[in-house]
Amino acid sequence: MDDLAIELKGIDKSFGAVHANKNINLAVRKGTIHGIIGENGAGKSTMMSILYGFYQADRGDIMVNGSKVIIRDPNVAIASGIGMVHQHFMLVDNFTVLENVMLGAEENAILNRGITNARAELKRLEEEYALDVDADAVIEELPVGLQQRVEILKALYRSAEILILDEPTGVLTPAEADHLFRILRQLRDQGKTIILITHKLREIMAITDEVSVMRRGEIVATRETAKTSVEELAELMVGRRVLLQVEKGDANPADVKLAVTNLTVRDGRGVVMVDNVSLDVRAGEIVGIAGVAGNGQSELLEAITGIRRAESGTVLLDGEAIGATGEADPALLRKRGLAHVPEDRHHMGLVLSFEENENAILGYHDDPEYLNGPMLNLENIRKAAQRSVEKYDIRPPDVRLKTANFSGGNQQKIVLAREMERDPIVLIIGQPTRGVDVGAIEFIHKRIIEMRDAGKAILLVSVELDEIRSLSDRILVMFAGRVVGERTPEATEGELGLLMAGVEEDQEAAQ
Amino acid sequence: MDYFQIALVTLEATIRLSVPLILAALAGLFSERAGIFDIGLEGKMLAAAFAGGAAAAVYDSAFLGLLAAIAVSVCLALVHGYASITQRGNQIVSGVAINFIAIGATVILGQAWFRQGGRTPQLGGDSRFEAVTLPFVDTLADIPYIGDIYASLISGHFLLTYFAFAMVPFSWWVLYRTRFGLRLRAVGENPGAVDTAGISVTRMRYLAVICCGILCGFAGAYLSMAVAAGFVKGMTAGKGFIALAALIFAKWKPVNVMLACLLFGFLDALAILMQGRPLPLIGEVPVQFMQALPYILTVILLAGFIGKAIPPKAGGVPYVKER
Repeated sequence: MDDLAIELKGIDKSFGAVHANKNINLAVRKGTIHGIIGENGAGKSTMMSILYGFYQADRGDIMVNGSKVIIRDPNVAIASGIGMVHQHFMLVDNFTVLENVMLGAEENAILNRGITNARAELKRLEEEYALDVDADAVIEELPVGLQQRVEILKALYRSAEILILDEPTGVLTPAEADHLFRILRQLRDQGKTIILITHKLREIMAITDEVSVMRRGEIVATRETAKTSVEELAELMVGRRVLLQVEKGDANPADVKLAVTNLTVRDGRGVVMVDNVSLDVRAGEIVGIAGVAGNGQSELLEAITGIRRAESGTVLLDGEAIGATGEADPALLRKRGLAHVPEDRHHMGLVLSFEENENAILGYHDDPEYLNGPMLNLENIRKAAQRSVEKYDIRPPDVRLKTANFSGGNQQKIVLAREMERDPIVLIIGQPTRGVDVGAIEFIHKRIIEMRDAGKAILLVSVELDEIRSLSDRILVMFAGRVVGERTPEATEGELGLLMAGVEEDQEAAQ
Repeated sequence: MDYFQIALVTLEATIRLSVPLILAALAGLFSERAGIFDIGLEGKMLAAAFAGGAAAAVYDSAFLGLLAAIAVSVCLALVHGYASITQRGNQIVSGVAINFIAIGATVILGQAWFRQGGRTPQLGGDSRFEAVTLPFVDTLADIPYIGDIYASLISGHFLLTYFAFAMVPFSWWVLYRTRFGLRLRAVGENPGAVDTAGISVTRMRYLAVICCGILCGFAGAYLSMAVAAGFVKGMTAGKGFIALAALIFAKWKPVNVMLACLLFGFLDALAILMQGRPLPLIGEVPVQFMQALPYILTVILLAGFIGKAIPPKAGGVPYVKER
C-alpha cells in the first residue's frame, strides 16, 4: 500500500452563487503523476488554488503526507512541501533567473550572502534534475519553455516534494511539451509527486499514472491511466458520449474560389513572415494549414483578409482581384463574401465588454437589416442574435449578457455564428477550437463540415495537428513563412511532423 | 563678475534647486517601482512644507518641524495607499485629489492659524535649518579656484542637501541589494509572483507608499524650513510634477534620477540667471519659456533620444487575485 502525498476530504467551495467545488475527495499517491482533467470551468483550478492556499475551502480537510494541514496562505503550502507552476507564469520579467528563484526565500535582509548561497543551491538543483538554465539570464529574454523550467526550479528551490502544474503545455510547442514531460517523469522517478491539471486528453494518456476527472465542480471518477481510454475520459468529462473523430464524407471540390499567388508579407520589423506563398481553395473543400505557431500562418490569414498589407502577390476572391498589397479593406471583403474567424477571439473576434447581440453583428453592423436610418435597429439585431443563439446552442441563451461572461467555447460559437450565417463564398478560420472544451469542439467541427458540404471554400489554420488531419481535405504545411509541402489527410503524423519541423522534401526523400 | 564666478553661482543654484526635485523624485521612485503611480508628489510636498513651517514656528524647533512635515506627508501617502491599494481605486484620481486637498488646506489652515495671508510666521534661529560649513573651508580658501569651489559647491549647504544626495546611492542600495528592494521591484512588475511566493502584496505596497511619504516630507521641509524661512502659499510651484518628469526621464533608476534632477535644476538656475539679461541675437528669453524647458525637454528626449521609458509593468493596476 503506497502512502498518500495529498488527500482532500470533502472540500467544498462557493463563490457567491457559483458552487465551484462540491464535496471533493481526492487521493494522490506519493511518487506518482496524477492527472486532473476536466473542461474549462469544471473547478480544477479552484481546487488547486485551495490546496496552494490562495483560497480557503468553506468545508473539508486537507491532509499532506498523512497529517492534517490548514493551508491559510501560500506560505503554509510552501512549508508543507507543495510547489505550484501556474498557467500564467508567476515570474518577474525583468529579473534574472536567480532573482526570481530567490524572491520570497532570500535568507537575509541584505542580499549579499543569500545570492551566493542561492547560486550554489540553484546549480546543485540544475545538476540533480538536469534542468539547465543560465542563472543570470533575464526572464523576458528566455523562450517560454525555459521560463517554465524556472518556475519548476523555483518550486524545487523551496524544497517542494509535491508539484502542481496548471495547464503547463498551453503555451509550449509540441517539442517543448515533450521535453517538459521528460522532466516530469524524471522528477517522479526521483520521488517527487506531481499533479498535472489539463484539459487535453492526450497529455493525460501520455504521462499520468492515475487520473481524476472533474465535471461541474465534482470529481466524477478516478482511474488508473493504463486501464482507461480517451473515449471513456471524454465521456466522463462531458457527461455524454462524444465523437472525437468527426464523420465526414468525400469532398466534391468545384471551382477555385480563393486563389493566392506569390504572396509575400513582412512584419513591422521588416522580417519576411510569409514567403512567396501560393495556394488555391475550391468550393466544397477544406484546405488545412498545419505548422508550429509563429511560422507565418497568422500573417498569411491577416494578408488574405485585408488586415495586414502584403508586400507583393495577388489574392483572387471568386475570380476577382482583391487588393492584398493595396487598399484591401476587411469590411469590403466581408461584403464580397469573405468571412473570417480570427485566430484570437479575444483580441480580434469579440469585444468582451459588449453584450452578446452586439458582438453577433460586429462587422456587419451597417447591414440595412440592422439599421433604422442612422440608428441601430436593436429589435432586429436582438432577433437575429436570438436565432443564432438557438441554432448554435450558445449557452446561456441570453443575448443581453456581457460576452465576457460566456465560456470560451460559447464565445467561439458567437464568432462562428456571426461569420457562417452570412452565407459567405470563402470562409477563413483560424484556430477554431483554441481554449474550447470537448463538447463544443465536436459541435464546431460538425458545423465546419456542414459548411463545406454546402459548397463553401474553407481555409483552416490550426496548430492542433489532430484537428487539421480530421477536418482537412488537403493539408499544406507552413514552415518559416513558406509552404513546404502538401499532403492528403491520410499522411501520418510523423510525416507531417517532419515537414512542420522544416525538414525539406528532398532531405526527407534522402533519409 | 567674471565667468568663473557666474558659473559658480549658477552651479550652486543648481544644487539648491535640484534638492527638492531629487527628494521628490526618489519618493516617486519607491512608490512607482512598487506599482503605485503617484501624481500626488506635489501635494504631499506642499502639505509637508506647510506642516514643517507651521510646527517649526509654533515649537521653535527645526527638528520638530521636520517630524511634522514627514508625519503629514506620510498621512497623505497612506490616504493614497488606502485608495489605491486597499480600495483598488484609480491611482491618478487619488493623486489629483491629494494635490487639490493640499493646495486648499494649506492656505485655509495657514490663514486660520496665523492670519498672515496663508503664510506661516518667519522662521529663524532654532526653528530653521542653517547652512553647514564643512571643515577646512578656511584652510583651502587661499587656493585659487579649488578654494572657491569647495567653499560654495561642496560646503555651505543645508544638512538636508547632503541628506538628499546621500539618499541617491542609499536608494540604489536598498532597491538592488536588499530583500526589501527585491520584493519592492517585484511587486511593481508582477504582484502575482510576489503573492505566490508567500509575500503580502498589500504590505509591500503600503511600505513603498510610506517610503514615498517620508521622502516627500523631507522635500517639503527643505522648501519651507531651509531654502525659505517659512511657508508661502503654493511654494512647491510644480516641483512635484517636474520630479515626476525627471523620474520618467530617468527610467525609474536612482542615479539617473539624480542626473535628471540636476539637469532640471540647472535649467531652473539658468532661467533665474538670464532674467533681464538679453542674449546676443535672440534678445531676452521669456522666463516662461525657461520654466517650460524641463517639460519640453522630457517630451523631446523621451520621444526619440533616450529610447522608450518603460514604466514598471504592474504600475497603476490594483492587484486582484486571479479567478
